[in-house]
Amino acid sequence: MNIEAEPASIAARDLVVLEDVTKTYQMGTQEVHALAGVTLTFKEGGFSAIMGPSGSGKSTMLNLLGCLDRPTTGRYTMGGEDVSSLDDDALSELRLRHLGFIFQSFHLIPQLTVKENIELPLFYLGWEEEDSATRAHELAARMGLEDRLSHRPMELSGGQQQRVAIARALANDPTVLLADEPTGNLDSATGAQIMDLLCELNGLGKTVIMVTHETEVAAFARRRIHMRDGLVEVIDGNEEGEEGAES
Amino acid sequence: MKRFKLIRDIRLGIKNLLLHKLRSMLTMLGVVFGVGSVVAMLAVGEGASKEALDQIRRLGSTNIILTSMKPSGDAEAGSMRSFMSVYGLLYDDEIRIRESFPHINTTAPVRVFRKEGRLGPRIIEIRVLGTTEKWFDLVRRPMIGGRGLHERDLENSSAVCVLTELGARKLLATEHTIGEKIKIDKGYFEVIGIVKSDSGNSTSIESPDQDVDAYIPINVATERFGEVISRRVTGSFERELVELHQILVEVESTDHVESASKNMETMLKRFHPKKDYKISVPLALLRQAERTKRTFNIVLGSIAGISLLVGGIGIMNIMLASVTERTREIGIRRAIGAKRKQIIVQFLIETVVLSTIGGGIGIGIGLVIPWLIEKFAEMPTVVTPWSIVLSMGISAAVGIVFGLYPAIRAANLDPIVALRHE
Repeated sequence: MNIEAEPASIAARDLVVLEDVTKTYQMGTQEVHALAGVTLTFKEGGFSAIMGPSGSGKSTMLNLLGCLDRPTTGRYTMGGEDVSSLDDDALSELRLRHLGFIFQSFHLIPQLTVKENIELPLFYLGWEEEDSATRAHELAARMGLEDRLSHRPMELSGGQQQRVAIARALANDPTVLLADEPTGNLDSATGAQIMDLLCELNGLGKTVIMVTHETEVAAFARRRIHMRDGLVEVIDGNEEGEEGAES
Repeated sequence: MKRFKLIRDIRLGIKNLLLHKLRSMLTMLGVVFGVGSVVAMLAVGEGASKEALDQIRRLGSTNIILTSMKPSGDAEAGSMRSFMSVYGLLYDDEIRIRESFPHINTTAPVRVFRKEGRLGPRIIEIRVLGTTEKWFDLVRRPMIGGRGLHERDLENSSAVCVLTELGARKLLATEHTIGEKIKIDKGYFEVIGIVKSDSGNSTSIESPDQDVDAYIPINVATERFGEVISRRVTGSFERELVELHQILVEVESTDHVESASKNMETMLKRFHPKKDYKISVPLALLRQAERTKRTFNIVLGSIAGISLLVGGIGIMNIMLASVTERTREIGIRRAIGAKRKQIIVQFLIETVVLSTIGGGIGIGIGLVIPWLIEKFAEMPTVVTPWSIVLSMGISAAVGIVFGLYPAIRAANLDPIVALRHE
């Protein structure tokens, strides 16, 4: 298996840095400050959970971190690159090469098979067909889905669908995995399995950033960032703590 | 660097279209019928005009044909039956044209008689043309055997004749050949050659030759048959004195046709107080026919254009619905890292595939219809290669033009909003 990224460096470096980031939406005549000045750092190999009630700005945070959106003001760098200044094509390229998304409602393309869904990022990366088929097989086997490759998403259970989504998120061997309420549509047993999987992937060196409002789910992360009204309220836990102790 | 894999994109497009087979087929129909009608209508139009153009071309594009015509206001011929009508082109007209007009290659005088041709038991009605060796230079018809008239034949007033293929077949049958003597009216003529007749089956445009003709030296004709032509008309004789029935003129090139024909008209007007002649200019007819054909093509083109427009709008409509329906898919693709350009290409390929397949089927229909018309309505049709190339190009263009807007709309969706779309 070569899902993991290059061997984690001894001293984890700052992968994602937000400096006084704001995001303002225009809602009719009213301005809504979804993010009111957030300064945060995500280290390589870390596992953070962003928590908070709805309207706290955690979804906006995830969209920004996922390079689907740009901040109104402030600096946002990923791997040293200033994301705030990139154009749409460059953002797409960044998502394609360095990010993997896991969504609450899985977001699989219903008319494609499991194999084709997993291959989707590879399609845009321009991989040869044989290579991407091999990669899809590996990932499916890793997720215990090797006998479901030709099924459509609708023929699978929720847990299986989410595992397909994780396999797809891993296909491009991303630096950061972004999970938006990954267990929100699953029963607690299946949800726990998915969380174990995410922990395992984090153990293999993937940086995981997760948005959730469930405390039990957030407990899997090493660091919890509590947000309220577009600001970081409390940070509990330490990304580096355990990691530093291990190495 | 990522490679642009068109074939893979096309396969994806076809796959997406196959997910909605009925819808794709119905979407295609507009283009199918549009292209089908373009190809079929052009084939029918082309066939009809080709026939007319061929007839005119046979007359020769550098030729001018002057024909004697009984003046329309000639009442005497009706009221006084014994009276002899005198009209038509003169020997002098030919000399004047030949000798005083610039850029004239050759002229050929023609006198026409209707006589009985006979060989043994076989008798046929035959059109006898008294002319000169120049006729064969002017009306270029391939010789099947023997030779055409020669200067010598005129100098010696030889009783020789050249038959057309059909006349020869009727009269000589298979038993006789060149060298045989046939009886025309009361005298014998030696057959010196057989020429292929190529008048088509036109009666509307006066062709210099007809199916059953005998060509004899003009001086022999006048000597044997006289200047006055008697015709039996309902119980009595109608007598006409016509010097020349036709003068064929060949000018040096097509550039001189117009001016030469104008000059001839001016000259003839001066010497003929009554308009007892007609000038036909094959080139002018050709131009006219070509103009008609162009107009015809424009009309057909507009009809076809409208049907293709309707087909294109149909495609656009369906693609817009498809974009709305697949908003979430677009959001997912964008989140994963697809660029705007790639989304545009994806949707554009679907419409182009749709419209080109429709175009292909349309061409098939457009080929079958002319074939059926030819078979059952016995109308000539001509499918030109350019009409197929054109309709293929048009259908691809329809796909691009009408696919562009839905594709751009798909690409401009905000991925965040698109992902939230239910």
